[in-house]
Amino acid sequence: MLVVAARRNHALTLTLTLLADAGAFASLFFVSSDVPRQVAALLIMDSYSLFYLGLILAASFVVALLSYSYLGRHREQCEEFYLVLLLATLGSAVLVASTHFVSFFLGLEILSVSLYVLIAYQRSSELSIEAGIKYLILAAASSAFLLFGMALMYADLGTMDVSRMSSLMSGKALSTLVLSGLAMIIVGVGFKLAVVPFHMWTPDVYEGAPAPVTAFIATVSKGGMFALLMRYFYRLGLDASSSLFILFTVIAVVSMIAGNLLALLQTNVKRILAYSSIAHLGYLLVAFLAGGSIGSAAVTYYLVAYFVTMLGALGVITVLSFKDREAAEMIDYQGLFWQRPWLAVVFATSLLSLAGIPLTAGFIGKFYIIAAAVGSTLWWLVFILVVSSGIGLFYYLRIIVAMYKAPPRATQVTVSSLSFTDTIALTALTMLLVWLGIYPATLIETVQWSVASLSKY
Amino acid sequence: MILAWMIIVLLLGGAGAWAANRFSALWSRYISLLALAIDLVLVSVAASRHGQTRIGQWLVELNLNWIPQFGISFHLGLDGLSLLLILLTLFLGFISVLCSWNEVQKRVGFFHFNLLWILSGIIGVFLALDLFLFYFFWELMLVPMYFLIGIWGHENRVYAAIKFFLFTQVSGLLMLVAIIGLYFVHGRTTGIYTFDYLQLLGTSMSPAVAMWLMLGFFIAFAVKLPAIPLHSWLPDAHTEAPTAGSVILAGLLLKTGAYGLLRFVVPLFPEAAKAFAPAAMTIAVIGILYGAVLAFAQTDLKRLVAYTSVSHMGFVLLGVFALNEIAMQGALIQILAHGISTGALFVLVGALDERIHTRNLDNMGGLWAVVPRMGAVTMLFCLASLGLPGLGNFVGEFLVLFGVYPINIPLTVLATVGIVFATVYSLWIIQRAFHGPQREYPRLHDLSPREVGTMALMSATIIGLGLAPQPVLNTMRPSVESIIQGLGVGNSNSAVAGSPSSLDQGGAP
Repeated sequence: MLVVAARRNHALTLTLTLLADAGAFASLFFVSSDVPRQVAALLIMDSYSLFYLGLILAASFVVALLSYSYLGRHREQCEEFYLVLLLATLGSAVLVASTHFVSFFLGLEILSVSLYVLIAYQRSSELSIEAGIKYLILAAASSAFLLFGMALMYADLGTMDVSRMSSLMSGKALSTLVLSGLAMIIVGVGFKLAVVPFHMWTPDVYEGAPAPVTAFIATVSKGGMFALLMRYFYRLGLDASSSLFILFTVIAVVSMIAGNLLALLQTNVKRILAYSSIAHLGYLLVAFLAGGSIGSAAVTYYLVAYFVTMLGALGVITVLSFKDREAAEMIDYQGLFWQRPWLAVVFATSLLSLAGIPLTAGFIGKFYIIAAAVGSTLWWLVFILVVSSGIGLFYYLRIIVAMYKAPPRATQVTVSSLSFTDTIALTALTMLLVWLGIYPATLIETVQWSVASLSKY
Repeated sequence: MILAWMIIVLLLGGAGAWAANRFSALWSRYISLLALAIDLVLVSVAASRHGQTRIGQWLVELNLNWIPQFGISFHLGLDGLSLLLILLTLFLGFISVLCSWNEVQKRVGFFHFNLLWILSGIIGVFLALDLFLFYFFWELMLVPMYFLIGIWGHENRVYAAIKFFLFTQVSGLLMLVAIIGLYFVHGRTTGIYTFDYLQLLGTSMSPAVAMWLMLGFFIAFAVKLPAIPLHSWLPDAHTEAPTAGSVILAGLLLKTGAYGLLRFVVPLFPEAAKAFAPAAMTIAVIGILYGAVLAFAQTDLKRLVAYTSVSHMGFVLLGVFALNEIAMQGALIQILAHGISTGALFVLVGALDERIHTRNLDNMGGLWAVVPRMGAVTMLFCLASLGLPGLGNFVGEFLVLFGVYPINIPLTVLATVGIVFATVYSLWIIQRAFHGPQREYPRLHDLSPREVGTMALMSATIIGLGLAPQPVLNTMRPSVESIIQGLGVGNSNSAVAGSPSSLDQGGAP
C-alpha cells in the first residue's frame, strides 16, 4: 500500500487493494487444514475466525470495488482511501480472531481510527466532517469505557487472557467488580454495534459518511464486533448469567422496537437504513440470546445475509450518487423502476431481503433466527420480532413504492451507464442474494462447521 | 418432476413475458397464454397418468433434498383436492390475461410477469407437502400481488397495496412461528427434526400447545380467507386492484386460506380443531351476515362484490369446521363456484368501468337497454351468487348447510338468513345498474367477441358445476375422506357424513 507514496494512480491502487484482499482470502484456504492454532496468546485461528475473516475480506473487497467509480466522480486525490480501508479491515480482522483483551483493544482502535478518517473523507462536505467528528468523540468516549471495564476485570482476575479468565470465573458467581467491568465493556461493544441506547451516532454517521464507507460500517465494523462478542460471551460462559441475559434481552427488545419505529419517520434513505440496521442488530441479539450451536449458527448466517444485503443496498446508493451530493432522499428514487430497471431490481431485492421475504437470503436468515429463538422457547422475543418486522416492512415498502411511481418531471436525470466495477459488484451481490435465498444448504453447512469451534472449549 | 415443471414453466413464462415486452405488448400476452396452456397440458398429463386416487394416496409426488440440515425437502404432491384447485388457478389465469387485454396498456410486460409469478406461487401453495416450502410459496405470491395492486390499481392503490401486504405478511410470520414450533415439538418427541407434512401428521402434543400452534396457522389462513375481524384489508385490496388482480384475489388468493385450513389446520391438529370448531363456526356465520349486510350498503359496485366475497367465504369456513365429509365437500364446491362467479362479476365490473368510467351505482341505471348481452351475463352470475339452484354456488351452500344442520341448528338457520340477504344484494345490483331510469351514456359497445368468449366459458363452467357436480365430488372425495379419517373414529358426526348416497342427492337439485 505504500505504493501510494511512490506513484499516484487510482486504478493501480484499486488493483493492489483488491489483490491484497483476494490474496488474504485465498490464504484462508491454505491454513484451513492447520486449525485451530493459537497465535502468541493474542489471537486464535480456528474455523470460526477463518469464516469471519473470509466474510470481512470479501466485504472489504466489494467496498473497494464500489468505491472506485464513486471516488472517481468525487475527488481528485483518493489513493489514501484504500490504504485506510485496508487498515480498517485489518482492525476488524484482529477483532474476530482475538482471545485477549490486548488484541481486542488493538483491533478496536485500529478500526475506529481508520473509520474517523474514512467517515470524514469528503473534506468539502460539511455533513461528512460533522459525522466524522461525532463519531470521533463518541467512539473515544466508548473506548474509555471499554478500557475502564477491562481494567476492572483485570483488577479482579489478574489476567487479560480469555481462556485463563474463563477458568477463573467458572463455577463461581460473578463478583461485583467483574460484573461492573463487563457492563462497561458491553457499553463499548454496544456502541460499535449501535444498539439502543448506544445508537445515537448511527443515523448521522450513516448519512454523512460517503456511501461506500457507510456500507463498510454497516458490515465489516459491526460484523467483526459481533463475532468478538459471541466468542467472548460463550467462552467466558456468560450465557449462564441471568443478569446479563436480562440486560441483553432489554437491549434486543428496545433496539428492535425503537429502530423500526424511528425508521418510519425518516425520509432519507440512508437514515432509514441506519435505523433499520439498529433493528437488525436487535434481531441478531435474539438469536444470540437463544444460544447454543443453533443460535450462533443463526447469528452467523444472518450476518452473511445481512452483509450481502447491505452491500447491495448501499451499493445502489453509491452508484446513484451525483457529482455534488448523494442520492439519499426519497425523491431521488422516484420512478427509478422505469428509468433504470436493473438498478431498481437490485435495490428492491435488497430491501425485500432486509424485510425477510422469500427468494432472498434475508428470508432464510430470519427463518434461522426464529427457529433458534423458538427452539430456546423465547416466545416474547419471537413475538416482538414478528411485530417489529411487520412495522419494518412498512418503510421498506415505502421506498419500493417510490421507485415504481411515475418519475418526477422536473428533474430530467441524465442516465449515465454503470461503470464496469459497479456492474460486477452489484450483479454478483444480487445473484448471491438470490442464490442464498433459494439454496442455502451449502452455506449452512459451512456456518455449522465454523461455529462448531466455538463450543469446543 | 412434472409438478416442479408446472411451477417452473410459469416462472419462466413470466420472465419471458417481461422480456418480450421490448418487441411488442402483444407478445407478452401471447407468451403468458402459452405458459398457461403448457401448464394445463402438464396438469392433465399428471392427472391422467395415474387415474383414480385412493384415500391417502398422491397422484404424483416429488421429493428432493433441499436444506437437509433442517430436514427441509422440496416435497410436492398432487391429489384430488390440489388438482381441482390447480385447474381453477389455470382457468382464472386464462381469464385474467384475457380480461386485461384492453384494460392494461402500461408496462404490459411487467404486469404479466407479476401475474404469472403470483400464479406459480399459488400452484406451489397447492402442491407443497413440506411446511417450509409451503410457507415459501405462501410468501412468494405476496410481492407480485403487491406490485399488481400498487402499480396498476385504481385511485387509492398504494394504501390498499400496503395494507394488503402488512396484513398477510405479519399473519404469515405468525404461521412461520407456529410451523417452527411444530417442528420442535415433533423433533423433541420423536427425535426426527423435519418439516415434512406427512411425517408431522399425527404429532402428539399437549392440548394447550396444539391449540396455540393451531391458532398460529388459523390466523394466517383467516386473514387470507378472510374471516371477521381480520377482513379489513379485503374491501380495499379488491376495490383498488386492477380487474385481473381482483379476479386473482377473490378467485385464488382467498382459496389458499381455505386450502390451508383443509390441508394443514384440520389434519395436523385434529383435537384442537375440534375444540375450536364452535368458535370458528360462529365467526363464519357472523362473516356471512356481516359481509352480506355491508355489501348491501355499498354504492361502489366493485366494493359491493368484494363484500359478497366475505359473505361467501364464510360458508367455506363454516363447512370446513363442521368437520364432516358432506360439509367439507360443500365447502370445496363453494370454493370453486365462488372463484368462478365472483371472478366473472369482477370481470364484468371491470368491463363496465372501462366503458362508462365509473363504478358508482348511483351513476348507473337502464344499462340493459344499451348493453343487453352484458346485462344478461351479469344477471346469470348474480343469480349464481344468490345461490339459485342449477348453478354451482347452490350446490356448495346447500351441502354446507346440510352438513352443519345436525351439529348446530341455530347457526344453520342464521347462515340461511345470509342467503336471503344475498338475494337482496344480488337483485339490487341488477335493479340499480341495469334497470331503472336510463341515463345518458356516450356510445357504448356491448361485449366484444373476446369478452363473450370468456364469459361463455365461465357461464358454462358455473352451470356445469351446478347441474353435474358429481365428477368434481368424485375427484375430491379421497382427499376429503382422508382428512375425515384423520379426525379419528370418535367423530360424532360420522353418521351424517357416512353414506355416499346422500351426496348424489345433493348434486341433483
